[in-house]
Amino acid sequence: MSAVLEITDVFKSYPGSPPVTALAAVDLEIRAAERAAVLGPSGSGKTTLLHVAGTLERPSSGSVRIGGQEVSALSDAELSAVRGRRLGFVFQQFHLLDHLDAVQNVALGLLYRGEQARDRRVAAVDALDRVGLGHRLGHKPAQLSGGERQRVAIARAVAGHPDVVFADEPTGNLDSVAGGQIIDLLVGLTADGTAVVVVTHDPAVAAAMDRRVVMQDGRIIADDRPEGAVMP
Amino acid sequence: MSAGTRIGLRRGAPASPPRSRLRAADLILGGLLGLRARKLRTALSCLGIAIGIAAAVAVLGISASSRANLLAELGAEGNLVTVTAGQGFDGSPAPLPLTAQQMIARIPPVESVTAIGYVPGATVRRTAAIPVIDSGGISVYAAEPGMLGTLGGSVAAGTFLNAATARYPAVVLGAVAAQTLGIDRVRPDTQVYLSGRYFTVIGILRPVPLAPALDEAALVGFPVADSLLSLGGHPTQIYLRAAPDQVQPVVSVLPFTANPAQPEGVQVSLPSSILAARAAARTAYAGLFLGLGAVAVLIGAVGIANIMVISVLERRAEIGLRRALGATRWQVGLQFLTESVLLSALGGVAGVLGGAAATAGYAIASGQPAVVPPASVAVGIGVAIGAGALAGVYPAARAARLAPAEALRAW
Repeated sequence: MSAVLEITDVFKSYPGSPPVTALAAVDLEIRAAERAAVLGPSGSGKTTLLHVAGTLERPSSGSVRIGGQEVSALSDAELSAVRGRRLGFVFQQFHLLDHLDAVQNVALGLLYRGEQARDRRVAAVDALDRVGLGHRLGHKPAQLSGGERQRVAIARAVAGHPDVVFADEPTGNLDSVAGGQIIDLLVGLTADGTAVVVVTHDPAVAAAMDRRVVMQDGRIIADDRPEGAVMP
Repeated sequence: MSAGTRIGLRRGAPASPPRSRLRAADLILGGLLGLRARKLRTALSCLGIAIGIAAAVAVLGISASSRANLLAELGAEGNLVTVTAGQGFDGSPAPLPLTAQQMIARIPPVESVTAIGYVPGATVRRTAAIPVIDSGGISVYAAEPGMLGTLGGSVAAGTFLNAATARYPAVVLGAVAAQTLGIDRVRPDTQVYLSGRYFTVIGILRPVPLAPALDEAALVGFPVADSLLSLGGHPTQIYLRAAPDQVQPVVSVLPFTANPAQPEGVQVSLPSSILAARAAARTAYAGLFLGLGAVAVLIGAVGIANIMVISVLERRAEIGLRRALGATRWQVGLQFLTESVLLSALGGVAGVLGGAAATAGYAIASGQPAVVPPASVAVGIGVAIGAGALAGVYPAARAARLAPAEALRAW
């Protein structure tokens, strides 16, 4: 099984005096169905790594390949299409639109693929079923608990069957019970081959992943990838 | 998209990825959902556009209603022509030749013709007991039974002169004359004292817009004017209707036809053109109100631009989210542009409805037909959409420029 995400010798620095180096010589390979936690103190470059890997930000130098495709040379519109079709995102703050109900929020994840509204809705209902919210389809975010909101956000991320789901502190705003449910969901995502990359401070999340990538000062200082443990 | 294609995308070979696509229907629906989520803001921010468009539509509608009313008054064609012989030394109408009416009737495009004759020195009083000096300025004219047909007038009460009553001391009062005399209904015993004897009032006219002089007149038949008031049969004014497309040719031959001996003394006029000029003067304020409407639309557009800029700032995280979900810069910009246009279009529709309601209210209050020109509706909504598009350009560009990672950090 080939890598769905390959980051090679990536640097990212922000202008300033002196310039801030957020990522330095980062190499990271994620395979299909792999579960990885990215750990490290605040300011170590975790979120920047997630943004660069998720094509939300371009690296200053180095190579980012998604599904074998080098994305550095792609235009902004092409990068958008890569995000819309191959990547999913889950955020600490859920990022749900308050005026849309659960199905509409999940269907938003498919909006920019140009599919028919009916097809998007079917896929959204299916994704909500997968996260156990088949009974909350018409609820607005304000009518949902924090854990339920994050499950809606996960449904939105996976509705389009992405290659990789990036999650940035997905349990950061949740109690331990709701957080546990989210961990179970993230772990379960890999069943159909989707890889999961979680940036987290939460030891419970880190423990549930197959692999822990530890960052410090923009570098990867530890990576306990279990060789041969990755499902083909 | 088929499942096969999607699997191909997921694990496919390196290739140019398919583009992000956003359906127009989804774009508009999304904008409407966004506006509905912020109802009060939506209502307030499209108010300026609505007021401006309403003012413009109302002005155009009211002037169109006035014009429609005027056309109704003029008999739609404005083909009424009056012929007079000028004024005598004392300012009273001078007589036309006895043959004038018959000669005019022979001009082929003339459809109908009627004559009135001013009876000099005649006075009308309620009774003989009222002094002559209080006659109220009512003039006495001899008229023909066919007069109302030519002038487009009608009686408010009673009947008009006919071949029989024209021979007897019977009188029909103009609207103002009846008011002056205090007569508002016609009874068999209603009489007025007309130049030394009592005449029976047989009818009261409605106002005649094309011949306002008749409103202050008392009308008797030519036979009785000859026999009792010594008119001598001379008409002083002739009204005629010409075929609408032949009005000018008829006007050019009228002086010679009416009085071949003294054509220069004959005056020909088109009362409909006088009325049209008066109506045009009445709508002179239309330009001012249209200008005010334009200013309101401009201010409304600035308001929408302002609210959209704020909206972009407030919704940075939403912009970041949409970019993460696959929206291109262009699609994000288009979303804000669409919301801006929807806002102003909403204002435009509300304005058109408001303007139409104002027009209807004015028309009903003033007894005119209500006319809202379709062009004003189309232009009103078009202007609103144009204003919204202009207002949305800058906010949309700001939204599009926002880098996705930066936008996401804003939540």
